[in-house]
Amino acid sequence: MIVQPAALALIVAALLTGFMVLYAGWYGVRILLHWDMRSGSELQLSLERRTYLISAIVNFALICQLLSLLLFIYTADALHSLFIGAMCAAGTLHVNGFGYPVLALKIVNFLLAGLWLIINYADTQGYDYPLIRVKYSLLLAMVPLVLLESFCLIAYFAGLQADVITSCCGSLFSLDRPGIGGDLAGLPDRSMAIAFYCNMAATAACGIIFLVKKRGGYLFAALSSMGFISAIAALVSFFCLYFYELPTHHCPFCILQSQYGYVGYLLYGCLLGGGVAGLGVGALMPLRGRGSMAAVIPVLQRQLMAAALVLYLIFTLVVSWPVIFSSFKLL
Amino acid sequence: MSGLLARHRNIIDFALSSLLRRKAKNISLLAVYTLIVIIIASCMLFINALKQEAAAVLKDAPDMVVQKMVAGRHDLMPVSRGEVIGGITGVRGVTARLWGYYYDAVTRANYTLTVSDGGQPAPGSIYIGSAIARLTGFSQGDLMPLRTYKGESKLLQVVRVLPAEAEIVSADLIVLSEKDFRELFNFPAGFATDLAVSAGNPLELATIAAKIVHQFPDTRPIMKSEMLRTYDSIFDWRGGMIVVMFAVAVLAFIIFAWDKASGLSAEERREIGILKSIGWETADVLLLKFWEGAIISLTAFLCGATVAYCHVFFFSASLFEHALKGWAVLYPQFRLAPSINAYQLTILFFLTVVPYTAATIIPSWRSATVDPDSSMR
Amino acid sequence: MIELCAITKSFAVGLPYQLTAVRDVSLVIEQGQFVVIKGPSGSGKTTLLTLIGCMARPTSGRIMLRGLPHPGLPGSADSAEVEITSLPERFLTAIRRATFGFIFQHFNLVRGITVLENVMLPAYPTGEPYELFRSRALQLLELFSISRHAATPVDRLSGGETQRVAIARALINNPKVIIADEPTAHLDSGLSSEFMEILSTFQAQGKTVLIASHDPLVYESSIPDMVVQMRDGAITGITRQQ
Repeated sequence: MIVQPAALALIVAALLTGFMVLYAGWYGVRILLHWDMRSGSELQLSLERRTYLISAIVNFALICQLLSLLLFIYTADALHSLFIGAMCAAGTLHVNGFGYPVLALKIVNFLLAGLWLIINYADTQGYDYPLIRVKYSLLLAMVPLVLLESFCLIAYFAGLQADVITSCCGSLFSLDRPGIGGDLAGLPDRSMAIAFYCNMAATAACGIIFLVKKRGGYLFAALSSMGFISAIAALVSFFCLYFYELPTHHCPFCILQSQYGYVGYLLYGCLLGGGVAGLGVGALMPLRGRGSMAAVIPVLQRQLMAAALVLYLIFTLVVSWPVIFSSFKLL
Repeated sequence: MSGLLARHRNIIDFALSSLLRRKAKNISLLAVYTLIVIIIASCMLFINALKQEAAAVLKDAPDMVVQKMVAGRHDLMPVSRGEVIGGITGVRGVTARLWGYYYDAVTRANYTLTVSDGGQPAPGSIYIGSAIARLTGFSQGDLMPLRTYKGESKLLQVVRVLPAEAEIVSADLIVLSEKDFRELFNFPAGFATDLAVSAGNPLELATIAAKIVHQFPDTRPIMKSEMLRTYDSIFDWRGGMIVVMFAVAVLAFIIFAWDKASGLSAEERREIGILKSIGWETADVLLLKFWEGAIISLTAFLCGATVAYCHVFFFSASLFEHALKGWAVLYPQFRLAPSINAYQLTILFFLTVVPYTAATIIPSWRSATVDPDSSMR
Repeated sequence: MIELCAITKSFAVGLPYQLTAVRDVSLVIEQGQFVVIKGPSGSGKTTLLTLIGCMARPTSGRIMLRGLPHPGLPGSADSAEVEITSLPERFLTAIRRATFGFIFQHFNLVRGITVLENVMLPAYPTGEPYELFRSRALQLLELFSISRHAATPVDRLSGGETQRVAIARALINNPKVIIADEPTAHLDSGLSSEFMEILSTFQAQGKTVLIASHDPLVYESSIPDMVVQMRDGAITGITRQQ
């Protein structure tokens, strides 16, 4: 068990979000069971009022998720000195089996909360609550994931013992080690970068076609999700070498450190934001025809698409910068 | 977009004016909130500063120190072993170190006495740390009496007061010559306190340590990285324990905040009823409540963090120094080097603002769902 | 035009103390009419006003708005017909803010803030630039000759001044319908007739005026076009004046 202010802060946040989301989920069930738009009954009125509370709670959870994702990575990074062989967050997360699941769940829950808020926003623009069932079903799907994340986070910190020998990022992401880290780093670097640029170009083209012809929303969502993954893969296998100026250092966390100007926060921020917006476009596609949504969703989709394109563009420019301008060259 | 901003601006305006209208209630809330921030922030800043000081101490420490052990206790180290250790492959240098502690009955403080290899003072003269200078009033040129092992007074001339940058390193230090050191403590010739070992390649330290233990089973090698890790984990643990102790206070505060947020006065309820009836929507009132909370939180957070910063770095955390430092009772007073960073502030935010916000969401929503027609009944 | 079709409003439905405040009311109010709803206290006047004013939803029946602004909903204001009966609260509020101006029995000003702030209050969440609605509020204060009190806290005003601030507040979002609930209950006869005079000028500007009152000074005045009589939640008679 590591008793440390940052770990406690994260546990507090995890417990609070877990509890709040559970509470929201309970009323989500009631809304799904008893919702009747035509009724002017007091039950219906009180359920409608609950929707304000639930969206406030998910808003809170989303902001908590985002901040705690950053805090979690930073803390993992700061704690590496406690573990022999850990040189950055990669090593600390590897100390026990809960580290990487927490990270993955945090990212998934962030994306889901973002998606929920996008659908919620669309729904509140409609005068007939068109998406109420979609919205609260999604909320119910989020509840177990958020609870699982809180559990994993507590288990992770409870299982940390200083001085446990762990792999450092040098070995975790080195080429001869099996597992996902090694797989990512082992991808052919140049072709990964080419795939990334192609994917980004296709996403941009698809986005522009959608903006002009209002077609291809699903394709855009698929491309931007693939873009999200290929961006991470290309970052680990290719671009980070240019940031570190080392031909073998493939760590995705070291770029968060101060000696690289915290550029990692900008990169991952753009990626997460772009990912949410891109997924949002796709999630709204099947809902376009519902009631009042025909007027609302296309406008929202265009805004989301523009946001996704801008964020991905920033990401692409920032990762390309050292490749073009750095004196470091891959042999 | 500009409409959205204007809406926020107008509602912030009104939030400020309604906070000011209920001064008594909000000032008490703000006071308790700020106090909580001060306590937690002081503790965190203090621990962090100690960690940094420890890192500063260890920065110049040797890669590895080898001590001789007798019956599980630290004993004097024969200097001759240094030559044997120096012969191990990978060892770049071995230095025999002389140092010890001295209790001064007059100032009731412990000093660290050390003989440094480079730039030793001439026999009969010493350098003293800034805290000792402050405590005893001795300055450059004065004669300072130290009691020898026989109980006699030995006068040594202060030739330099060490600068006070990283005080915890040098504050309690007296640097003296080897001759004076041995005379003062009757320290036998051919022995040293311990041996400092440096390696050409730090990665080989573990191998070297194993070889030393193999050669001299009665020695204990301590690596710098181990010490760093131990310090870090001890300080983190202490900081964490203190936060856990204050968790009760935070919990009490959350209940207090919940109570303040849900215990609406008749006047407030009437006011929200009026707002709803003249065209404010539930979301608008929620936004109003959110901004009220944000203003309170921001004020408490900034005030609390600033006060804590002053408390720790300008007043040496006088309120709970003894609880935190551990060795502080016998240690001359020192000042910590000011440092604060975004990471600390984020943790502080999570320990104070996030629980507060969570505690006020449900009460805010309750007050925002007053019926719009309530003011017509 | 506001059209009510068989409106019923009950409270505590299904409970032993269920109360039906408005019972099967149908009524058409044309744009620009001056309508008084009269009846003893407890006859459902106020509840009817809250239903028309989008503050509450009826238990059954339908309310249609025609030719009135309805932000957020499809169709243009001039022609479209909107059924407000089952709209979510946020749309009801948006319609209320754009369409209706309210004057309450106790005037319901927020204590502790100034006259000007009180008048501007309904405009805060609309997202309109501050300077715009501030200048409009100052014009309104000018119109009701209370400009010199703009910076005075409302607690220090006399009865007549309070009444005029409440009227100014009802007008800040430039509504097409003015709703007043027992506005003269706390006024002397002089102020009451002054109030009626002011409201009749709104009618002259094409606004609809809707008053609930059991004050003879209001319903016996020559100003209203139509007087609706209510008792026990139902309409018992309608008198039209030429």
